[in-house]
Amino acid sequence: MKGGLLGAMRAVFLRELLVFWRRSTEVMSSLVFFVMVTTLFPLAVGPERRELALIAPGVLWVAALLATTLSLNHLFASDYQDGSLEQMLMSPYPLSALVLAKVAAHWVLTGLPLALLSPLLAIQLALPMKAVATLVISLVLGTPTLTLIGAVPAALTLGVRGGGVLVSLLVLPLYTPVLIFGAEAVAAAAGQGFASVAHLSLLGAFLALALTFAPWASAAALRVSLD
Amino acid sequence: MRFLHKYGAPKRFYRLAGRLVPWFAAITVLLFVSGLYLGLYWAPPDYQQGDAYRIMFVHVPNAWMSMMTYVIMAAFAATGYVWNVRLADMLAKASAPLGASFTLTALVTGSLWGKPMWGTWWVWDARLTSELVLFFLYIGYMALQASIDDPQRAARASAILAVIGVINIPIIHYSVYWWHTLHQPASLTVTGQPKIYMTMLIPLIVMSIAFLFFYLTMLLVRVRSEILLRERHSDWVRKLVGAAS
Repeated sequence: MKGGLLGAMRAVFLRELLVFWRRSTEVMSSLVFFVMVTTLFPLAVGPERRELALIAPGVLWVAALLATTLSLNHLFASDYQDGSLEQMLMSPYPLSALVLAKVAAHWVLTGLPLALLSPLLAIQLALPMKAVATLVISLVLGTPTLTLIGAVPAALTLGVRGGGVLVSLLVLPLYTPVLIFGAEAVAAAAGQGFASVAHLSLLGAFLALALTFAPWASAAALRVSLD
Repeated sequence: MRFLHKYGAPKRFYRLAGRLVPWFAAITVLLFVSGLYLGLYWAPPDYQQGDAYRIMFVHVPNAWMSMMTYVIMAAFAATGYVWNVRLADMLAKASAPLGASFTLTALVTGSLWGKPMWGTWWVWDARLTSELVLFFLYIGYMALQASIDDPQRAARASAILAVIGVINIPIIHYSVYWWHTLHQPASLTVTGQPKIYMTMLIPLIVMSIAFLFFYLTMLLVRVRSEILLRERHSDWVRKLVGAAS
């Protein structure tokens, strides 16, 4: 293949985009889930704007986290079933790099739209306008971390019975730090705490950490699952 | 290293563990009896908390053990993953339920202690929350072990999970800690605990060692049955079972 490692990564990335795009219901379903979960909260808590504004950062972040968790099942499953994952395993390029390309494509089609859609929901939940930009930034920084971390349990549970529920069981405890600082950043920007820069920096640090370790761990997990 | 080679084989380890279990059990009982005596009678009541603080002698060792067991479990799991030591896989697997029960005990006793002291069963305090997340990590580890039938694959998959958990535990702990301190700086400095005096420290140490030996005893017992289960088709287990019946 021409272009070496980067060429291979680009090929995987583009292929993933195409495959995900062709099966757009899966992409849409996690987005719709995100919208619906946030809609449920005003129905349950009541429509008072002050209360909604108070819980909005947490609600939006939890909904984004659950939507990401839900989409993790599509990350490797179809490639596992049709055997293309095994081909990637046998390719001369490091599996972790290919996994990284795959995760990046997955994020572009699930995490990024979610972040772009979030201002709309923020307005619905009466989040102060000054916090909306922070919400988008925090989601853009946070959701790739979630997808990167989630790729490991998704790879571990390939072909395991009850895989879907198991993935959420494994991954949710690992998500707590991202959730804490993501929601806190938005709450801070909305005027409920200190400046949000510190929280955003920590989210960035988590992303750097996850970028370094997660592809490597997911590659190891895939090797175990495809043994 | 020679020791490891000699006793790394499940069959040998089964015998060694069988010989060690009664001794470890005896030490555990001895330590528990003396620790409880020291903690419940010998140590003086606290000037602030009265007798209620004595639950500390169960609570604190369990909290320590819950974290230590996770690290030990991850170390066993990593050993099994890297060097393909089956015994290490089994030790890791046998550690998980023990660690989960330590965590649960620490949570329950902590909440029993919290009710009279803080006036509430539960606060979202840093240590409580990270202990709860640790409990979820144990549950996830056990769920993954249980849902994969092939023991080799189960061990390797859960080893990866355990190692990720170990990297995450400090991150989770400090995130929860910062989260809490950012929210309410001073009001939740849990009990304003008085300095620990010698008369309270000694029972605490004895009880901690007691729980450590309890862990070791139970680990050996559990690993023995795990060995029997995995080697059930081998000759020596058949002979052993045949001889027993």
